Amino acid sequence: MTMQWKLVCKQSDLVKGAGVAAMVNGQQVALFYVPEAESQIFAISNWDPFGKANVLSRGLVAHLQGEWTVASPLYKQHFVLSSGKCLEDDVTIPSWQAKLEGENVYIAES
Amino acid sequence: MSANSPLSTKKPRLVVVGNGMVGHHFVEQIIEKGGHENFHITVFGEEPHLAYDRVHLSEYFTGKGAADLAMTDGTLYDDNGVQYFTNSLVTEIDRDNKQLLLQSGDSVSYDKLVLATGSYPFVPPIPGHKRDNTFVYRTLEDLDDIRDCAKQVSKGTVVGGGLLGLEAANALKNLGLETSVVEFAPRLMPVQLDEKGGSVLKEMIEGLDVTVYTDTATQEIVDGESSFHRMNFADGTHLETDLILFSAGIRPQDALAKQSGLEMGERGGITINNNCQTSDENVYAIGECALWNNSIYGLVAPGYTMAKAAAGHLLGDESISFTGADMSTKLKLLGCDVGSIGDAHAKSQGCKVFVYQDEIQQSYRKMVVSEDGQKLLGAVLVGDNSFYDTLLQYYLNAMDLPEQPQSLILPAMDGAPAALGADALPATASICSCHNVTKQDISDAVANGAMSVGDVKGITKAATGCGGCAALLKNVVDNELLSLGVEVSTDICEHFAFTRQDLYNIIKIEEIKSFAELLEKHGKGHGCEICKPAVGSILASVWNEYVLKKEHIVLQDTNDRFLGNMQKDGTYSIVPRIPGGEITPEKLIVLGEVAKEYKLYTKITGGQRIDLFGATLPQLPEIWTKLVNAGFETGQAYGKSLRTVKSCVGSTWCRFGVDDSMTMAVDLENRYKGLRSPHKIKFAVSGCTRECAEAQSKDIGVIATEGGWNLYVCGNGGMKPRHGDLFATDLDRETLIKYIDRVLMFYTKTADRLQRTSVWMDGLEGGLEYLQEVVIEDKLGMCSELDAAMDYVVDTFQCEWKTTLEDPEALKTFRQFVNYDGEDENVVFVEERDQIRPATEEEKQNLIAKVG
Repeated sequence: MTMQWKLVCKQSDLVKGAGVAAMVNGQQVALFYVPEAESQIFAISNWDPFGKANVLSRGLVAHLQGEWTVASPLYKQHFVLSSGKCLEDDVTIPSWQAKLEGENVYIAES
Repeated sequence: MSANSPLSTKKPRLVVVGNGMVGHHFVEQIIEKGGHENFHITVFGEEPHLAYDRVHLSEYFTGKGAADLAMTDGTLYDDNGVQYFTNSLVTEIDRDNKQLLLQSGDSVSYDKLVLATGSYPFVPPIPGHKRDNTFVYRTLEDLDDIRDCAKQVSKGTVVGGGLLGLEAANALKNLGLETSVVEFAPRLMPVQLDEKGGSVLKEMIEGLDVTVYTDTATQEIVDGESSFHRMNFADGTHLETDLILFSAGIRPQDALAKQSGLEMGERGGITINNNCQTSDENVYAIGECALWNNSIYGLVAPGYTMAKAAAGHLLGDESISFTGADMSTKLKLLGCDVGSIGDAHAKSQGCKVFVYQDEIQQSYRKMVVSEDGQKLLGAVLVGDNSFYDTLLQYYLNAMDLPEQPQSLILPAMDGAPAALGADALPATASICSCHNVTKQDISDAVANGAMSVGDVKGITKAATGCGGCAALLKNVVDNELLSLGVEVSTDICEHFAFTRQDLYNIIKIEEIKSFAELLEKHGKGHGCEICKPAVGSILASVWNEYVLKKEHIVLQDTNDRFLGNMQKDGTYSIVPRIPGGEITPEKLIVLGEVAKEYKLYTKITGGQRIDLFGATLPQLPEIWTKLVNAGFETGQAYGKSLRTVKSCVGSTWCRFGVDDSMTMAVDLENRYKGLRSPHKIKFAVSGCTRECAEAQSKDIGVIATEGGWNLYVCGNGGMKPRHGDLFATDLDRETLIKYIDRVLMFYTKTADRLQRTSVWMDGLEGGLEYLQEVVIEDKLGMCSELDAAMDYVVDTFQCEWKTTLEDPEALKTFRQFVNYDGEDENVVFVEERDQIRPATEEEKQNLIAKVG
């Protein structure tokens, strides 16, 4: 299967070590730029299913037991950036592959 | 009063005469054991107040009111059907008819009677002892009288150099009198101290400008020449003084027992057995009026034990009895440590003595040991009580002394610490004598899930009486946790094997300026939502750089990152600083206009400011541009930092105001507004003791009094309210600010992350007294460091919003989406009471349905 990559923004739009929000195909996406991580860019849904608000891009990036996660700014649940899996509850939120090519930031359209 | 009316209950009547600390404790004990179900209980107190804390009576002069000292406001009695009458003196017991006669003429019948009548101060029958301006030191009314008199005069003298006498001398000194103490015996505290100890104490007290006369008998008191009284002494000398306070010991208040023919001691006191029953099995006596084995016990702890024994016996529980009590004491008198354990005078047969004296530091210690050197029989400490806890445990538990027992009173030299580990104590060791808590009780509490000193305090009440055992308690609790295999990890998180305090010191000493540098040198991994904001906060406390600086921005929790308070729907609220709650109409109008323009929900906060809700991320810089242009600064409501200084209008407007609380509040808010701290900090300033600003419920509370500013620290409202501790009184402005600087910086330096000052204080070993020593006496030699650190923070203050508005890089992060100009469609408002509020889930569904 060939992956369709969609250009979302420039690298300069991102904040090193933190998240920003983007709108992709009518869906809110939280993009995290983590230079220390192998993939560097992560994309998960911006929607916090516990707080019921679009806030995950504004959470703190936390590295817990080898996994890159974001802690929700509302009630502090952790979501794994690569998979969208919640560490505290049996919930997984949407996640997408993402990449940095030159100056451009892409996410995969499934 | 209805005491004579026929009873609606058939329960037997239990009457308690006396409502001092012990009488009150008895009622508490009875209620705790469910005895109010078995008995109809009535309490008579002679004083106008219900029971109050007589042990801390002197604090009445340093700012505490009658309500602070009260042991109950009557709720406990009311809730459990206990009838009580104050101002009610019982004058006679008719034991044949089981009736009491009251001064009012009423009579009351009883089935069981408890006498807790306490004691009265002994006034030596010196000619002139009834002159005006002579007092005793026992009740709140006595203290009121003394205070009134002290306002008019300049010299005060205490007759009696015992424990209570020195306490009273301290009080006179605090009232601003030139104070003298006259003691009949050859030394101070003759009961507790030996000759040498007494003389060291005398020197120390004289160093504090209190004149001490020992071995001095007063022959008569007559009119003075330069003062109100002249005391003529037996040796022909005299002393002129305006106020005389008799504190020459106590005598059991046993008149009722005498009148009713109960068995008494030769020198007074109502004879009791181990169940605290008098010679009449239906009459009990407890506390200072009771005589057990020919001894009167003039301390509160034995009184409490008697109360417990009597309550137990009345309810058929004979497992508790009174079999004497240890009279060892540890006190701070006029700021001098004094301790006395067991056989302080070395009267035991064949005993041997170790003595250590240091004339430079002014301290004296003596240990009395058994003939074979194996057991500790007694001890005297003057000048340094840090040796007391360990010595007391050796004494109480009859433990074998270490090979070189003298190490227990020698100053800690390199190597050998002399303190007794909690491990070495037997299970029966009494840790808290006020509430009779043993090491076993603490082990049990920990085994049942208590995980901290706070938990154990809550369960066992240990260290909640006089508090003298707090350090030992912590030691025992930590030891118990350790032995259960509970790892008491103080690491802040998996990335740093340090406490917050360690990290603070590392950052300061190694001059570390960024999270990355700290992580590289002292951490591992990449950080998390625990360590990042904690380190961000410490870096701000120490270096006070702009929090949205590139290397700091990822450390900030969302509120700090966007300089607003995130609400449940992802929008923010905005709180500009309004120092002291004082605002011009012009500025008020600006707030109104901005709120109107952006349709923000507007509410007055508890901290006397205005909160504007419902701003979206991109609106924040727009709104702040308008606010900064109008002269507003960030209120830092989002930060772990100073929030507000609440205030009343003070003497400027208020007819009761004593000082200008408004100016003080504005100045304090402007001084401390930049400080990032372990948690939020709230202040208040009241212009008089009516306390309209509620300063005693704040981290820092300031109250104006006639003599200056009183400073309260570590109060809290919220979930676990705590009254602030009175830290210092009658301060001038400069000293007040100096003390606040130091308290706040010491807190910032040593507290755990997200620990409010109230919890910090509760966990501080040595508590208030320790904090006073650090801040006022510079015990740790760090005051200049604390002062400099605070000056730096004050000097480098910047309004974070002003800086942000000037920084295009920072502004870029306030976009809703990086690739789209639209809004978050999930943010929906509806109207309520003419303002917006977030729509509920149901309302959102309905709105969508309507649109669809």
